Amino acid sequence: MEIQNGQSVSMSQLEVLPYNTFYSDIIGLMEEPTAHCVNYFAVPRDERLTLICCIAVNASHSIHVLRSEVGRDDKLLPLTNMHRAFHVFEREIHELYGLQFQDHPWLKPLRYAHDRANDASIYDYPFFNIQSEEFHRVGVGPIHAGIIEPGHFRFICEGEKIHHLEIQLGWQHRGIERLFVEKQKLLQRATLAENIAGDTVVGHSTAFCQAYESLAGYQLPEKLAFDRTIALEQERIAIHTGDLSAICTDIAYQLGNAVFGRLRTPMINFFQQWCGNRFAKSLIRPGKTNFPFTPQLADTWRNTIAKYKPHFIEMGEHMFDLPSVLSRIERTGIVPTTTARSLGLVGMAAKASGIEADIRASHPYLRYNELNIKPIVKTSGDVFARARVRYEEVLASIQNIERLIDLMPAADYQPQTELPLRPGMLTVSLVEGWRGEICHCAVTGAGGQLTAYKIVDPSVHNWMGLAMAVRNNGISDFPICNKSFDLSYCGHDL
Amino acid sequence: MISFALIFIASLFFTGIVVRTKSIAQGRKGPVILQPMYDIWRLLRKGSVFSTTSSMIFQLTPSFYFASILLAMMVVPLCGTTGIFSFRGDFIFFAYVLAFGKFFTIIGALDTGSSFEGMGASREALFSMLVEPAFFLLMGTLGLITGNLSFADIFAMFHFGSYTSYAFAAIAAFVLLMICMIENSRMPVDDPKTHLELTMIHEVMVLDNSGFDLGLIMHATNLKFAMYSALIANLFIGDLAWYISVPVFFAVEFVCAVIVGITESFMARYRMSHNAQFILALSSLTLLLFLGVMATTGKI
Repeated sequence: MEIQNGQSVSMSQLEVLPYNTFYSDIIGLMEEPTAHCVNYFAVPRDERLTLICCIAVNASHSIHVLRSEVGRDDKLLPLTNMHRAFHVFEREIHELYGLQFQDHPWLKPLRYAHDRANDASIYDYPFFNIQSEEFHRVGVGPIHAGIIEPGHFRFICEGEKIHHLEIQLGWQHRGIERLFVEKQKLLQRATLAENIAGDTVVGHSTAFCQAYESLAGYQLPEKLAFDRTIALEQERIAIHTGDLSAICTDIAYQLGNAVFGRLRTPMINFFQQWCGNRFAKSLIRPGKTNFPFTPQLADTWRNTIAKYKPHFIEMGEHMFDLPSVLSRIERTGIVPTTTARSLGLVGMAAKASGIEADIRASHPYLRYNELNIKPIVKTSGDVFARARVRYEEVLASIQNIERLIDLMPAADYQPQTELPLRPGMLTVSLVEGWRGEICHCAVTGAGGQLTAYKIVDPSVHNWMGLAMAVRNNGISDFPICNKSFDLSYCGHDL
Repeated sequence: MISFALIFIASLFFTGIVVRTKSIAQGRKGPVILQPMYDIWRLLRKGSVFSTTSSMIFQLTPSFYFASILLAMMVVPLCGTTGIFSFRGDFIFFAYVLAFGKFFTIIGALDTGSSFEGMGASREALFSMLVEPAFFLLMGTLGLITGNLSFADIFAMFHFGSYTSYAFAAIAAFVLLMICMIENSRMPVDDPKTHLELTMIHEVMVLDNSGFDLGLIMHATNLKFAMYSALIANLFIGDLAWYISVPVFFAVEFVCAVIVGITESFMARYRMSHNAQFILALSSLTLLLFLGVMATTGKI
């Protein structure tokens, strides 16, 4: 069934396909070059499992939702064998429900969820191994020297050269998806959504609100949509600026680190002025906002950006012109377009590898229809491209906010505090966070209660991209490659 | 004796000036000049913790390393006086007593059995091996100009007689400064500030050291900086009277520290695989210098 972004569909209208048809339909849909899987999950239903797969097609601006039902003991043909991008989803289904896939190439634990079907221990992950005198293994983490989150990286190196990297995650698992179903209050759920990934508060809470409001059949007022669009763009500016600073740190370029670090502060502090929290927590809530964007805030923003922009451009132009910086970031950590496509990379990482992956353009939501977003695409796929995409996206986001402020609508709506969900519905909510495509899917039961809530952070798609990017690079270039992706651990582990 | 004391005094301020320069370049005020020394003093009063997988070698390493630097300092002349001892070919002693200390840091790092430290040790061994020809070619050149074979005699004879010796002194100062930065694992070859083990060279080798041992290693770096800068100062001091040469010595130390600070502020670090090229380029520069001197002195 074909739906739009943020649209709800009644579960009874979704045709239950036999797995073979389900499988061949997905393969058929994936033949379209801009099709990609945004979410694929299982919902237990009595003794059987309902499989739901959402394929977004950028060219037709639509999302195809397919449904199938299988027994828990069935042996299924894996989609991963045809399209690598499905591996995370099939691994998750296998891990949670013990569903078997025949000849799956990489059926390893994904995140060691608390309610997993097997009793595998996180301490004996089946790492890929190599028997050789020439190669050596280097293990990094899960405890790191810096302030990053926990994750274990195992390298197989020949001297300084990385041949293989395997990333083991799951150390940060909190059971967020189950909590969404268990917690009944709207405020509890909204707070959960803000804490899916601490660096993408606006992105995830917007995706949650969009899903929740769609399930409740709530028509979003123009002003609320406006506020959220501004917040999304502002979050992109703030985090990208911080990331540019961190990239400079990793190549030991002190000037860039200091200047971008200083510039990040006023951007992130703008949220503090707006809603009292630097990461925009409590700003976005379903059906209302406690902190509407006012004309006074618009003036504050204009003043802040007038001081920010010239310095940002000066530093950016200098950095992308400095030979010592370029020699570190050019041709480092290359992900070619074909690899990016087959792994199903999304967001910034995909844009740096020549793929026009931007939900704001392909599946517009909120006010993005009016902004006419053009994805910023680079083709080299290296650290330079990923840094440059950030730089240009910041400038584009500043323009977007400028144009939005000129279109500011009046706040003429009644805040809704109670949003009862419609029973037996399914919704797919896509949002382009600063890192990339965020997908929230929710299913309601017969009484209008949530029966499943599935979150896909862009990191879920992109971690494998990092593992491929570092191959044949020096091991000392791993940190800069890692930083250029800047993936979330807790967004993956949930 | 005078040189030993002067280098020691200069070492107390060197890193502080580097840190201060970097802070000012960043637009910050920065810590007081003696802050690195306060840190070292704090470490020196602490006990050390040793990993259960390491042996006696690891415990001996910091002391051997520190001692090797002190020994090397003893042959450096300054302000018209020789070092504590001086003999023909003492610059070879200088180079190899430092190499001895480095050998111990390398096996000390390997002793911990950590894959990080093994990587750091392999990098350090490679880069110090590559930098050795540059040092010997440079000293050989100076020896050829002056016809002497000890530090004291070479620097005493190295007068500013003609414009060519200005040029030689400038290039030699550049090469020595670069050797100093490589030997001390500073930018652009290594980044002492990084927290990323995978990119470190020297820092990763001392990850397991703590307390008193770490304090020794950190002060050894300061001494090494001051010692190499003293060699640079020697190129300019010649046989000037003490009341000029002592201020000149401190001025040179200061300028070196500021140059290190500015380099670290305004450029990115080299990619690991480019380091070897960079160090070899340094050796080829000194080879040019050597051939130039051979030509001017009519040896070829």
